[in-house]
Amino acid sequence: MKSQIGRSVLRKDAPDKVHGRVRYTDDLRLPGMLYAALLTSTVAHANITQIDIEAALELQGVQGVFTGKDFPLLVGLYLGDKPALARNKVRYYGEPVAAVVADDERTALEAVRLISVHYEELPLIRSPREALQQDAPLIHPDMADYVHIPAILPEPGSNVGHRTRVRKGDAAAAFAQADVTIEGQYEFPPGDHVAMEPRVAIAEIRSDGQVIIRSSTQSPYGVRAIMSRCLKIPTGKITVIAGPVGGGFGGKAGIQLEPLAYLLSRSLGGQPVRLANTREQDMVTSPGAPGLQSRVRLAARSDGAITAAEIEFLFDSGGYADYAVNVARAAGYACTGPYNIPNVSSDSLSVYTNHPFATAYRGFGHIEMSYCIERSIDLLAEKLQMDPVELRARNVIRAGHATPTNDVLDDNTGDLETCLRRAAAAIEWHKGSRRQINEHTVRAKGVSCYWKAPAIPTFTDAAATVSFNEDASVNVVTGAVEIGQGIFTGIAQLAAERLGIDTEQVHVVDEVITDRSPHDWTTAASRTLFMVGRAVLSAIDDAVAQIKRTAAAPLRCPEEDLEVRGGRVYIRDVPAHGLALEQVVLGYTYPNGNAIGGPIIGRGKYIARHLSGIDPKTGEGRPGLEWTLGAEGVEVEVDLRDGRYRVLRSACSMDVGTVINPQLARGQVVGAMAMGIGYTTREAFMFDSRERVLNQRLRDFKILRYGEHPEYIVDFVETPQRDGPYNARGLGEQGIVGMPGALASAFSRAVGVQLLRLPITPEYLWRQTHSAGGRSAG
Amino acid sequence: MKRYQGLCEIGLTINGRARRVTLRPADTLLRTLRDTLGLVGTKMGCENGDCGACTVLLDGLPVKSCITLTLDAEGREVTTIEGLRDSVIQQAFVEAYGFQCGFCTPGVILNAYALLNHDNNPSAETMRSWMESNLCRCTGYEPIENAIKLAASKLR
Repeated sequence: MKSQIGRSVLRKDAPDKVHGRVRYTDDLRLPGMLYAALLTSTVAHANITQIDIEAALELQGVQGVFTGKDFPLLVGLYLGDKPALARNKVRYYGEPVAAVVADDERTALEAVRLISVHYEELPLIRSPREALQQDAPLIHPDMADYVHIPAILPEPGSNVGHRTRVRKGDAAAAFAQADVTIEGQYEFPPGDHVAMEPRVAIAEIRSDGQVIIRSSTQSPYGVRAIMSRCLKIPTGKITVIAGPVGGGFGGKAGIQLEPLAYLLSRSLGGQPVRLANTREQDMVTSPGAPGLQSRVRLAARSDGAITAAEIEFLFDSGGYADYAVNVARAAGYACTGPYNIPNVSSDSLSVYTNHPFATAYRGFGHIEMSYCIERSIDLLAEKLQMDPVELRARNVIRAGHATPTNDVLDDNTGDLETCLRRAAAAIEWHKGSRRQINEHTVRAKGVSCYWKAPAIPTFTDAAATVSFNEDASVNVVTGAVEIGQGIFTGIAQLAAERLGIDTEQVHVVDEVITDRSPHDWTTAASRTLFMVGRAVLSAIDDAVAQIKRTAAAPLRCPEEDLEVRGGRVYIRDVPAHGLALEQVVLGYTYPNGNAIGGPIIGRGKYIARHLSGIDPKTGEGRPGLEWTLGAEGVEVEVDLRDGRYRVLRSACSMDVGTVINPQLARGQVVGAMAMGIGYTTREAFMFDSRERVLNQRLRDFKILRYGEHPEYIVDFVETPQRDGPYNARGLGEQGIVGMPGALASAFSRAVGVQLLRLPITPEYLWRQTHSAGGRSAG
Repeated sequence: MKRYQGLCEIGLTINGRARRVTLRPADTLLRTLRDTLGLVGTKMGCENGDCGACTVLLDGLPVKSCITLTLDAEGREVTTIEGLRDSVIQQAFVEAYGFQCGFCTPGVILNAYALLNHDNNPSAETMRSWMESNLCRCTGYEPIENAIKLAASKLR
C-alpha cells in the first residue's frame, strides 16, 4: 500500500460540486418556512426617533414586523455590545433596524419598503484616531455594563473595545542607542470577505423547545455557545446544523445571522424562518474586514540588526466589537512579524468608529500587522542602503529566539531564511528589482516575510469518532466544516494512512450536527488539519486497539503481537495468520455461531498544548500553538503615464512541515495570494462625507477577476512540526499575509515613492507619480 | 408583441425536458429555477448581474439568470448544471482541482462548457473574454484556467 501522505488525492466533494449537487444552507426548503427581510440604516450614526410599521403589517402575506424594542437583549462574540435589531440608536450605515417575516421573500421585501424610520443624526467618528480624541463622542456610552470574556479588556468612557500591550526588553533605551531609526504611518479602510455564498440562517423551534439552527457557519459550536450565553437557552436545547459552506474567509466564524433568525422564529411560534443576506447586506450589514491606522518605529544598528520596535495599531472595528477585539489582540502578540527584535513596545487597540463593523478576516490581524512591518523594513533598508532581502535575512526569527510575548520558539520552528531565499529566487531578485521596459513602463519586484499562529482560546479542542461498515470501510465524524479548503479529503488521507488502506475506503461525514458530531472549537485559524487531524489519528489508534482486542482471541495471540494494515489484522511476525477486518469490526463470529467483540467505535480528541493567556501589562505568555513561517515575492509592471499595472508573478515559499496533499496545499496558497492581490490593490469600502458606504455591490467593490491573475509560483519547505499530524502545520491563511507588504514594496519601487496606504489603485499610483517628490515618468 | 399580465402559465424547455410553470411576468429565470422548479444547482450570488454564480445557458450561450426574465426563456433551450452529466469539462474540473467551496462552480462550468462548444482551442484572450464574467473567491483562477485547458485538450 502506497503512502497516502504527500499524494494529490482527488477531492471527496468533487463529483457533487461539479454537478451542482452540493446542498448549501440556502438550497434547503423546509415545510412551513417563512422568509425574513431586513430594513437597514441609511445613516451611519443617529438616534432613532420613530419607526412606522403599520403599513408593512397590513400587507397581505406579512406574518410579523419587528424592531429593536421587541428584542431587549445584547449579543456579542466576546463583548456583548450589539442588539439583534438597532435599539434607539444606529451605529453604522447598513445596521439592521427592522425585520419583516412573510410567507415569501418577495412579500417580505415589499413590506420592508413600507416601513419608515426617522433619524436624528449624531456626530460621526470617521477613523480610529478621531475616536481616540479627548472630545470624541462615545459610540457605546454603556460600555461599562457590557458582559465580556476575561481576555478582552474594554475601556469604558472611551471608544476602545480592547487594548493589547506588549512590553519586551527596553525599547526606549534601545532607541536612544540606535544608529538609525525610521518611522512609518500606515492606513487603510475596512473591506469585505466577498465569499461567493451570502450568509444565511434558518431557525425553528420544535414543540419540545429544541432550537434548530441551520446556518452557513464556520462555527457551529460557537453559534451554540454564544446563543446559549446571550439568549439564555441551555446549550443542550440548541442544535446547530452546518453543511458545506460557500466560502468563509473568517466572515462566517463567530456569530452571524443566527440569533436574529431565532428571535424571529420564537416570535412566530417556532415556525422555520429563513434570514438570508442580499449581497449588499452581506457586504455592509454583516461584518467585514477591519480598517487600520498605525505607526511603526524601528531602531537598528548600522549593520542592519534591528534592535527595537515601537508599534501602535489602531484597528477600526466599526460600530461593534465582534471579532475585531481579538484581531487586535492577535496583531499585538505577533506585532513584530517574523523577526528577532529584542526590545518591543507595542499597543494594539480595537477602536469603535461609525463604519460597518469588522470580524475575522483571512490572516486575522497578521495581514494588517505584516503590511505595516514589511513597509517599515523597506523604509529601514532604504535608510541603511541595504538590500531588502539581505536586511530581512539578517533579522529572521529562528528556533531559540523569543517572540514579542517572550515565548521562546522551539525546534519545530520553520526555516524562514530558506523560504526567503527561495521566494527571492523565484522572482529572480538577483537580476535586479527595478527595470525600465520602455520610456513609460517599469517592472519592479518586492519581497516580504510573514508568520501566523492561530489566534485561539488556550483550551481550543477537536474530536473525532470512527466507526466501520460491513465492508470494513470507515466513517469519520468530526466537528470540522468544509468551507472549500478540502478538509474532508485531508482527514480521509490521514485516517487511511494510519490504517494502511486507500482513501476511497474512508467516508467523512460532511455535515456537522452539534448534538451528534463531536465537539470542535471552530473551523478557522488554519488549525483544522492540525487539531482535527490529531483527533482523527487518535480515534484511529483507539479503533485499532479495539480491533486487536477482538482479534486476539480467535488468532490466539497477545494483542501486542498484532498489526492492523491493509484491511487486515494479522500476527506481525506471521503475516499470513490473520483476519480480514470485515470479520472483526462489527464483532467476530466463531464457526459455531458464538460471537465476541461488537461494533468498534474509535474515539479521539485533541486539545491545544501549553497555551496561556497573555499578561495585560507586558503581553508575556504563549498565545501561539504553532507558527507557520514563509516569504513572498512579486513582480509588477506599471505604466507610469496613468498608473495602470499588472501583477506578473507571485511567488510564495512556506514552511508547512509536511505537505499532506500537494494540490490542495497549493490551492490554499494560490487562493490566498489571489485574495491578497485584491486586498492590496482594490478591495476597500469608499465612504461619502456622512460615512455611508458607496460601493456595497460587486459592480463597484472589485475583487480579482479571471485573467487578472498572475503566474503563481508555490514552493514548500518541510521542517517537521513534530506535534502535528504526520509533522504537518497549518497553511490556510498564511499565503495572504505577506502579499500587501510584497506588493506595496514592488509598487513603491516602480514609482519611486514609498507607498503607505492601501488600496494601491492605479489612481493612487498616478497621484503619487504626479505629485512633488515622486520620480518623474520615464 | 405578446403582452403578459398577472399570473401566467408558460412552457419551458429545461435540460431537454418540457416543464410548465406559473409565474409573474417580473420573475427572473434564477427565481423560477430555484424557487419554482427546485433546480438549486444554479446559485444566487448577487442578484445584480455582477458575479456570474447564476450563469445558465440559453440556446447554448451563457446568460446571467438573475437578470434574465423567465418569459424571455420561453421557446428556448435552457441548460442548468443539472443538465450536464459527467461531461468532459466537469471531469476536467475534478482532475484540475478547479474549485474549492464550489459555490461559483456551476456557473463557471456552464460558461466554460459553452466556451468550448464555441471554440475548442481558445486563445488566452478568448478564455479571458468569456470567463471574466464569473467571480471566484477561492481558487485564484489558475485551477479554473488549468481545467478549461485540460478539457480543451481532451475535446480536440
